[in-house]
Amino acid sequence: MKYWMIVKSGINRKKIRTFMTVFSIATAFLLFSLGRSVAVAFNSEVDFAGKDRLIVVSRLAFTESLPMAHKNRIEAVEGVDTVVWRQWFGGTYKERQNFFPKWPVPDNYFDVYPEWELSEGAQEAFSRNITGMIVGKDLADQFGWKIGDRIPIIADIWPKKGGGVWEFDLVGTYINSVSDEQDEAFINWKYFDEARLYETGRPGNYIVKIKNPDQAESIAKEIDELFKNSLDETKTSTEEAFSRMFAEQIGNIGLIINSVLAASFFTILLLTGNTMSQAVRERTPELGALKAVGFADRLIMLFVLAESFFLCVTGALIGVLIAYLLFPLFSGVAIGFSGEIEFSISIVISAILVAFITAVISGVLPAYSAMRLNVVDALRKN
Amino acid sequence: MSNLIEVQSVNKTYKRGGETLVVLDDLSLEVPKGDYLALMGPSGSGKSTLLNLIGGLDSPTSGQVVINGEHLEKMGASALSDWRASNVGFIFQFYNLLPVLTANKNVEIPLLLTNLSGSQRKTHVETALNVVGLSDRGGHKPNELSGGQQQRVAIARALVSDPDILVCDEPTGDLDRDTATEILELLQILNRDHGKTILMVTHDPVAAESAKRTLHLDKGKLTN
Repeated sequence: MKYWMIVKSGINRKKIRTFMTVFSIATAFLLFSLGRSVAVAFNSEVDFAGKDRLIVVSRLAFTESLPMAHKNRIEAVEGVDTVVWRQWFGGTYKERQNFFPKWPVPDNYFDVYPEWELSEGAQEAFSRNITGMIVGKDLADQFGWKIGDRIPIIADIWPKKGGGVWEFDLVGTYINSVSDEQDEAFINWKYFDEARLYETGRPGNYIVKIKNPDQAESIAKEIDELFKNSLDETKTSTEEAFSRMFAEQIGNIGLIINSVLAASFFTILLLTGNTMSQAVRERTPELGALKAVGFADRLIMLFVLAESFFLCVTGALIGVLIAYLLFPLFSGVAIGFSGEIEFSISIVISAILVAFITAVISGVLPAYSAMRLNVVDALRKN
Repeated sequence: MSNLIEVQSVNKTYKRGGETLVVLDDLSLEVPKGDYLALMGPSGSGKSTLLNLIGGLDSPTSGQVVINGEHLEKMGASALSDWRASNVGFIFQFYNLLPVLTANKNVEIPLLLTNLSGSQRKTHVETALNVVGLSDRGGHKPNELSGGQQQRVAIARALVSDPDILVCDEPTGDLDRDTATEILELLQILNRDHGKTILMVTHDPVAAESAKRTLHLDKGKLTN
């Protein structure tokens, strides 16, 4: 620690430059922390998905709808327990940023998801009330909804016959007993299907509960075989595999985020490396004087590396801290597009690791050149 | 008086392109302990190179540099660093102080390489600054001090680890006459009262007069 004063003298030599460098590094680590939190969220979604449920989607694209007639044929397959369906509704609640998934579903939809605990009387009310809506507990809390509230949704994908805003009555809530994902809304299929302007009688996809998860692959094959060469061919996979496929699609977004992060870190490497090189050049006579009074070459190299570590680790810690403070705002915006977003300790650990790597890569060349500095030549640079 | 410094048949050459540049040519020199020697000569005569060899900053192409019985030409870079830390103090023309550190901290720097405790280092720093007459300026940074005061801080830094030899490269080259005289008087005190052996490179005949003796170099050879 006695050498800290020499390292500190290098850091304090140009305070504005040090501040700007740390600020740039902090910005990069702010992006890093928020980006990583999204990536972790996608992984967690795959982990929580069920293994005894199959998802049947159109072979053309998972956004294509399927005929209702498929339901009976799927039900007839050996090993199938229950078949339900749903449709992506889209729509907006008051403001664009109030995004949450909304699905028109049949009355028995919740039978397929035993891990969801419905509030008392919710199932009956949903069956009874054609405009009924059941939402996740978190969603109800977020918007301050109470049972009996009327929820208006502005249509985008599915306009109503005769136009106007869709309105639903909140009849119950659910709690997810295996994960924190309880932020979706379910509306009554009958009402949706009768009132929508087009594509009546066509669900978006089917969810098939099977009796034995070990038979998932063979049942999936059998279902797809049923509709082979028809106008509405299907692609069936386990919910887990579907989630993975979905996550992988959004993984492309992750790739873009990672590319942006990589580009920013490459810039940071250049920036920090340049700062350190400049600092060494400016201090050549001082480094020469240090060598003259007896500081060994290796010690001089360590001083420069220590400066690089200070800049990178301080910047990283500030960036992660700001990310942590901004996280509630960020997760509020991003939660609709991914699974549960958390600011986990792994993000902090990986940020520190990246900071160390950045410090080594950006500091090693200037440190090496400082180490190799010939003392006589250095003293002549005045 | 025994010789503290013995330079024996030293050659120093540099390769520039295909040409060999002879800077020191079979030079021999003996400096007794307690001497105060001024080295003069035109630019390129080899006086700074000789000073660098004696200070352990550079190695000869051939020949021997023996200080207090130790052969510097046989030492590696790391051993030379250690040797410099305990045997020689450097005083440069442009002081080479660390600008963001106070005078106290600048003087303390060589002591960081010792095993002294913080309080012991502080005592040594106070003593060194007292010797150069700057005990009341320890908390000031170099840019808050005059040129003469900065050079005094540099001298205190050279003294603080109590080396036998002080190597001064144009110590008054950047100072006005009055300030230069003060610095030269200080060097004389260090030589006379503290027993330091001083080697000083200078272009200034007045500075050279303050030394006990003066040697002239030309084209890598001593001329007197």
